Amino acid sequence: MAGPGGGSNDVQWCFSQVKGSIDDDVAEADIISTVEFNHSGELLATGDKGGRVVIFQQEPESKNQPQCRGEYNVYSTFQSHEPEFDYLKSLEIEEKINKIRWLPQKNAAQFLLSTNDKTIKLWKISERDKRPEGYNLKEEDGRYRDPNSVTALRVPVFRPMDLMVEASPRRVFANAHTYHINSISVNSDYETYLSADDLRINLWHLEITDRSFNIVDIKPANMEELTEVITAAEFHPNQCNTFVYSSSKGTIRMCDMRASALCDKHAKLFEEPEDPNNRSFFSEIISSISDVKFSHSGRYMMTRDYLSVKIWDLNMETRPVETYQVHEYLRSKLCSLYENDCIFDKFECCWNGNDSVVMTGSYNNFFRMFDRGYRQDVTLEASRENSKPRSVLKPRKVSTGGKRKKDEISVDSLDFNKKILHTAWHPLDNIIAVATTNNLYIFQEKLN
Amino acid sequence: MSEEAEGTRTLEEQQEMDDKVISPEKAEEAKLKARYPNLGAKPGGSDLLRKRLQKGQKYFDSGDYNMAKAKMKNKQLPSAPPEKTEITGGHIPTPQDLPQRKTSIVTSKLAG
Repeated sequence: MAGPGGGSNDVQWCFSQVKGSIDDDVAEADIISTVEFNHSGELLATGDKGGRVVIFQQEPESKNQPQCRGEYNVYSTFQSHEPEFDYLKSLEIEEKINKIRWLPQKNAAQFLLSTNDKTIKLWKISERDKRPEGYNLKEEDGRYRDPNSVTALRVPVFRPMDLMVEASPRRVFANAHTYHINSISVNSDYETYLSADDLRINLWHLEITDRSFNIVDIKPANMEELTEVITAAEFHPNQCNTFVYSSSKGTIRMCDMRASALCDKHAKLFEEPEDPNNRSFFSEIISSISDVKFSHSGRYMMTRDYLSVKIWDLNMETRPVETYQVHEYLRSKLCSLYENDCIFDKFECCWNGNDSVVMTGSYNNFFRMFDRGYRQDVTLEASRENSKPRSVLKPRKVSTGGKRKKDEISVDSLDFNKKILHTAWHPLDNIIAVATTNNLYIFQEKLN
Repeated sequence: MSEEAEGTRTLEEQQEMDDKVISPEKAEEAKLKARYPNLGAKPGGSDLLRKRLQKGQKYFDSGDYNMAKAKMKNKQLPSAPPEKTEITGGHIPTPQDLPQRKTSIVTSKLAG
């Protein structure tokens, strides 16, 4: 798998599909809040502000069109969370799905964890393609027969039926978080998972809902002394004892659960030293880490702060090994971005399947890819204008200087309401899912 | 001597000007401080974080509401001005004032 578009060896990205309405008037419930491929890449799940989950399934590749991989079509949709009101604390609990994480497939059914601010749910998605027919006491439509009319005995048999996909909640993990859940992460032991809120991280067993272990607690004894919160957390992809959590101050702590039950003391602290002369009012806000993701190999981790993406070698705590500027031109716009709250936007980031390319979103429905090996980067746009089937995406450029070239867009023309916060990369192929406010775009590598 | 002092002042001013030229961030900070002179020195500190932790707080006292309803059986409860987003304080909210918390039974448009 090669890098992003640009050079002769490189991947060119084509529009494949777009999901969602073209309507400019976006209902709040339709705002996409999370996007996640499952472990095989066959399923793609989205969560929205209305608490709904939509799962798409990739069609098997057709022999008629070998130049494109299968399309994603709706497989299942269900209401995962409902709005709630905590009367005791006078707290409104949003139904917005903050994160979805798939469990590795163990049998015919698929399982995923979805969470809102307070409650995590384990959903089972199963297929039904057979139904029993030939009951003795019931008609085919379910009505009970008059017992007097039953004169013979027969054995009901299973007959094929139209595929039905059912989603049912198998576990509800509730009442363990005082603050708002920002992350969930399934452990590589496939038995436990963690959930993190602003101040605490809990460890759960997938089978047990009435108990969870608190493994990190950064709540100060006096809330006046609060200086940082937990922003994201993730388990290591193959070391089941290791997890990391990031903070609003730009630090990442790696913890080892073998060391002690309460992992308040970190095993490693990843922090890039800051030049005190460069410190400004905005320094801490833009250093807040909005996402942390381990590489598939488990050797590196990536963090996203407001302006950049950083790659850290887990063996080196002193500074990142790579830093990529996502939209450095925004540094001279921080005042207005603070005023319109955009400075608090939480962008996510993701790795491609072989950890050679990383991707993250930006404004104006732009998203960026950084090829670590070739040291190339590209800016692409998710828009309805570039949505002709298999049309190749043209690289976009933001002009920072005085002179604006023909196809460039100036910083002041960027639409800050069009933000791409959530992106996902297929675990094996060059297929990406990019969420704009209320639309889901799927792009594929151009295959010749 | 006064000449020397003037010299120093000019140097400091020069340093500030250099800062603005070198760091766009500092220039933005100056802009912000000019617009909001009362802005606290600790931006990432307690206030911002506490606001974040308190997201979702709504104020509705069912006791007050029911008492008010009982007292004013025949009268209309004072209704909120239309632009109010946060119902707190003297006004007793009615169910009509509170933002609708209807469950979304509508299917997602992504599945359409």
